Amino acid sequence: MTGPLFDIAVAVARIAVFFAFCFGLVVVMTWVERKGAAYIQDRRGPNRADIFGIRAWGLFHPLADALKFLFKEDFIPDNAHRLFYQMAPMFSLAPAILGIAVIPFGPDVTVMGRRIALQIADLNVGILYLFAVSGMTVYGVVLAGWASGSKYPLLGGLRSSAQMLSYEVSMGLSLIGIFMVFESVRMSQIVTGQGGLLFGVLPKWGVFVQPLGFILFLVAQYAEANRTPFDLPEGESELVAGYHTEYASFKFSMFMMAEYLHMVVGAAVVATLFFGGWQFPYLGDAGFLLPGGSTVAVPPALVLLLRIGAFVSKVLFFAWLYVWIRWTIPRLRYDQVMRLGWKVMLPLSLLNIFATGLILLLLNK
Amino acid sequence: MEAVLFILFGAIAVCGAIMVVTRKSPMASALYLILTLFAVAALFVLRQAHFLAAVQVIVYAGAVVVLFVFVIMLINVPEDRLPVERATTTRVLGVLAAGIFILESAVLARRFWMQKGPAAEVGTVETVGRALFTDYLLAFEITSVLLLAAVIGAIALAKRKT
Repeated sequence: MTGPLFDIAVAVARIAVFFAFCFGLVVVMTWVERKGAAYIQDRRGPNRADIFGIRAWGLFHPLADALKFLFKEDFIPDNAHRLFYQMAPMFSLAPAILGIAVIPFGPDVTVMGRRIALQIADLNVGILYLFAVSGMTVYGVVLAGWASGSKYPLLGGLRSSAQMLSYEVSMGLSLIGIFMVFESVRMSQIVTGQGGLLFGVLPKWGVFVQPLGFILFLVAQYAEANRTPFDLPEGESELVAGYHTEYASFKFSMFMMAEYLHMVVGAAVVATLFFGGWQFPYLGDAGFLLPGGSTVAVPPALVLLLRIGAFVSKVLFFAWLYVWIRWTIPRLRYDQVMRLGWKVMLPLSLLNIFATGLILLLLNK
Repeated sequence: MEAVLFILFGAIAVCGAIMVVTRKSPMASALYLILTLFAVAALFVLRQAHFLAAVQVIVYAGAVVVLFVFVIMLINVPEDRLPVERATTTRVLGVLAAGIFILESAVLARRFWMQKGPAAEVGTVETVGRALFTDYLLAFEITSVLLLAAVIGAIALAKRKT
């Protein structure tokens, strides 16, 4: 294949594979969420959908859901602003998937004499792109809340826009420490920077050098994704279903997909920034380098496989963490959410920046 | 390729801006404003100013317009009660001023024509950060004090008991 054609083919393939990974995981996560909820609450969960009598632990339920969403009546309320009402689910879904573009799924690989990054775009602005994209997610919620022409969605939309704006501040500030330690905002460099060892034993992962930053970022991310304990915008006990009360059929499922995409992409971001991305502990390019000084040689193909596997398992774990936390921690009250955002998260993230700067200054002396 | 993209995004930015001022519904104006801001960010990317593009989207599209939308939603004026727009003296003067502004920018554009070809690496995070904290440190600090004053002022106004 010639040069430009090869590049285009690689780009298209990367986009297709990574998007397929995300959407596939979304489908699985809808099942994991309900099954996880069931086991945490000591019941069986969905297990009735079957194909020719094969039930497969309820794994066919996502399929049944999709069919149901497709064939339900696509209803638009009389009071709704028709155009904006139809645009809102798209505004919700599109930014949710875009974040995956800067996530590296593995180290660079060499195919037919060319280096190919396992990342859709290794942008110079890296994380800033993620912030830009996550800043867009608020429009879907707000537009849905306003365009539905009904009071519960409006209240949900108002809540969520205030909440998302508040937590975006601490989300941004909680990552400054990571930039300072790894001296870059480029995702690939942050992951490579996490390859070393701390004190010769611990992998130099973001979570070990920035423990406070990790907790702050995780909390801010849950608030951004409107997940319990921060799912006030759709608090069903007070707002029916919040901003998507008036949505039915496939438009409703687009909101649901957006929420699960947030979980998947959010899990990938946490894994990349704080848990070494594709770094496998103690695994170098040639094989394992254990802290004791012993080495185990591993063939390059297996190294690549182990690294991609490490990344995927980290993503799966953090996606599961979303489910775990949702069914463990009850929902906060709205004033508590706001107080936590401004009076706890913000000062702590500023403190984290200050402490990180101080330690770096002392270490470099 | 670059020229095609420039014309495309430039056209989107200009059309979006025209739609912002001509739409009757405030929500439509706000959404066209987002479109315009994105198109301008794309123009920044074409000039290799990646940092500027990201900040443009984060600050303007991600925060400022969200506040506009927030206000539109809070006030929530029904469409039949929106104020009727008339051709007042101010509006006519505004159109005249816009015309003069366009002429001026055409003159300026002819004088400071951008070089063709790939732009220098001026817009990366590193170069912008270095410039901000060395050559423009004083301006940077003064801006931050100004913003702090604005924050404190807003809180003082909001807390005042009437």
